[in-house]
Amino acid sequence: MVTLIEGGRLVDPVNLTEERSDILIENGIILKIVPRSAVKIDNQARVIDASGKIVAPGLIDMHTHLREPGEEYKETIATGTRAASAGGFSAIACMPNTDPRNDCRSVTEFILKQAERAGSARVYPIGAISIGLKGECLTDFGDLREAGAVGVSDDGFPVENSELMRRAIEYSFHHGLIPISHCEDRSLSRGGVMHEGSVSTRVGLPGIPGCSEDIMVYREIALARLTGRPVHIAHVSTAASIELLRRAKDEGIPVTAETTPHYFTLTHSAVAGYNTAAKVNPPLKTPYDVEAVKKGLAEGVIDVIATDHAPHSYLEKDVEFDKAAFGMIGFQTALPLTLELVREGIMSMAEAVAKLSTNSARILGVPGGRLLEGKAADLTIIDPEHSYLFEDHLILSKSKNSPFIGMNLKGIAALTMVGGKIVWERAA
Amino acid sequence: MKNFTHRNLLSMNDLSVEDISLILDTAESLKTISRRDIKKVPTLRGKSVVNFFYEPSTRTRTSFEIAAKRLSADTFSLSASGSSFVKGETLLDTGKNLQAMRPDLIVIRHSSSGAPHLLARSLDVSIINAGDGINEHPSQSLLDLYTIREKKGTLQGLQISIIGDIAHSRVARSDIIGLKKCGSKVTVCGPPTMIPMDIEDMGVDVVYDPREAVRGKDVVILLRIQLERQNKTLFPSLREYASFYGLNTDVMKNAKKDVIIMHPGPMNRGVEISSDVADGASSVILEQVENGVAVRMALLYLLIGGAKGGNVN
Repeated sequence: MVTLIEGGRLVDPVNLTEERSDILIENGIILKIVPRSAVKIDNQARVIDASGKIVAPGLIDMHTHLREPGEEYKETIATGTRAASAGGFSAIACMPNTDPRNDCRSVTEFILKQAERAGSARVYPIGAISIGLKGECLTDFGDLREAGAVGVSDDGFPVENSELMRRAIEYSFHHGLIPISHCEDRSLSRGGVMHEGSVSTRVGLPGIPGCSEDIMVYREIALARLTGRPVHIAHVSTAASIELLRRAKDEGIPVTAETTPHYFTLTHSAVAGYNTAAKVNPPLKTPYDVEAVKKGLAEGVIDVIATDHAPHSYLEKDVEFDKAAFGMIGFQTALPLTLELVREGIMSMAEAVAKLSTNSARILGVPGGRLLEGKAADLTIIDPEHSYLFEDHLILSKSKNSPFIGMNLKGIAALTMVGGKIVWERAA
Repeated sequence: MKNFTHRNLLSMNDLSVEDISLILDTAESLKTISRRDIKKVPTLRGKSVVNFFYEPSTRTRTSFEIAAKRLSADTFSLSASGSSFVKGETLLDTGKNLQAMRPDLIVIRHSSSGAPHLLARSLDVSIINAGDGINEHPSQSLLDLYTIREKKGTLQGLQISIIGDIAHSRVARSDIIGLKKCGSKVTVCGPPTMIPMDIEDMGVDVVYDPREAVRGKDVVILLRIQLERQNKTLFPSLREYASFYGLNTDVMKNAKKDVIIMHPGPMNRGVEISSDVADGASSVILEQVENGVAVRMALLYLLIGGAKGGNVN
């Protein structure tokens, strides 16, 4: 069947252009991209009206937690990919801190099998760096790669042993896996539950100093310099680590970085009233850091906007603040919060799409990130003008732990397509 | 007469200066009850108060219990070890179960900052925060304010130092908020490891030398060095703490003659305070304890006494 998407503004995040074009899709492949109304189709074709909307390559979220296997009461691969598609994501990479950990072929294969069954957004598993995320010995990177993993990370259990991290960086490169580092010096962060600063002092919660992140960011930069191999830094949140990344990139060290919408939208004040929905690791920072994150995005020091989608149920969140789990969901808020930066003039629409899609594809080494003739029709139609109150009944994730509930948002995914198949379409 | 409109006491931030005055005035009229032969009035007859202590406490728990009984309320005590907490029940579930038994007020102490706030959000019963983690201890702060006002006649314009582990002290945080509200000038002092980041934002001065901290001050409040809270990096040894940050007669030479010395207890004699200072003429430490009962009677009366802002017999 032929599908025509007509009347939309096509965003090319590589040439940084936007123009009105129509897209003709057949058998899941983009057949033609042509100027408006230049295409003739028969009556059999399905026509999707994208007028007034943006047509972007399918968004790719390179940092998520899907909780399956093991914590299906928080999220499953089916509910997670559905929520992702509603947020405009046609593909997501999922971290290995499941139960069992994704530290071997069988778990990676299981995840891919479940993703196939769900039939929504594509799923790219990230394997563990170390067996059991224990930081002791490397997992079988080659085997993980063959099973379908695209990267390796110990994410929430950062590798403390610098030699092990060095070897992971060296060895992963050979197998085409990107090593992703959650930067946290645990000797500094242990016991802390929020950013250490004026707010933690005022509300009497144990703090995590910002330099807990900076120190490890610098270690990874030093290891990337030593080995000459790429490292990706997850969820950057401090002004100081962005400055370190800026210098590393100037020096030509192969380091890339992501941040998340909460680090450019919220500050540590969001935890006031012991709001566990705003408890996240790394913790929300100061307005000064928020400005630095925005500047880092504007200047290209930060390559990617990911969500770090981390579903937790009431069991983990409706408890004392220090006992609550770290993390917040993010699939359905990432796009509107990023569009806010476009409206603020921090970056263009094309740059925003690059950070939500193209750059993630490049870093993970996966297809997508551009709309090209002859390639799979993974795309997202964005309605940038739709304003709405974000309420929990809109959340498709199994968990509702979002600090953005009750906030007015602008911009939404109208339609998400994966390989020519519509996996999400917003009711008009 | 002014009205006391609060349902809970969670933080000194929630109280206006007028609220604080009302509490202290009410405490003043209730204090005499404890000195009578028959130490009981029927004011809270038929009311029930649950003392829910997740953390060990002798003074605060006894003080609330006596306060409630002197007002004829029925009291019930729960501790972490005796509650379903050890069986894995969540705090909210325990709270909801307690509420289902229809008490009028729950006094809670908990090791997690914000735990009373969590309960207050989900329950209808009145909650008094009797110490939450390293956050606040408002009833202690109110008894401190009461004691200072009683001794100095006012809180306005006083120079007050707090010495000790400011970072991990709920007494310090509540005292700072309360004293600043009432117009006192507050200085904090301790080793740099115990001074929390950006404490200046709370409107206090910071010094690191106890001699400087006591100089010219009207009131010096010492904090207990909480041995059970320390990891091993905050200070090298008790001996070192005592010699560089402890209050002893030598340090007291820098103090004004009419300074008063306060301590929320329990004291570590020979660590943050030497025995001769603790037992000396300037010490009002035991008066704090007596005033604590009066202040807690006032809180119970104002929160669940029914005739809000009415007269106390």
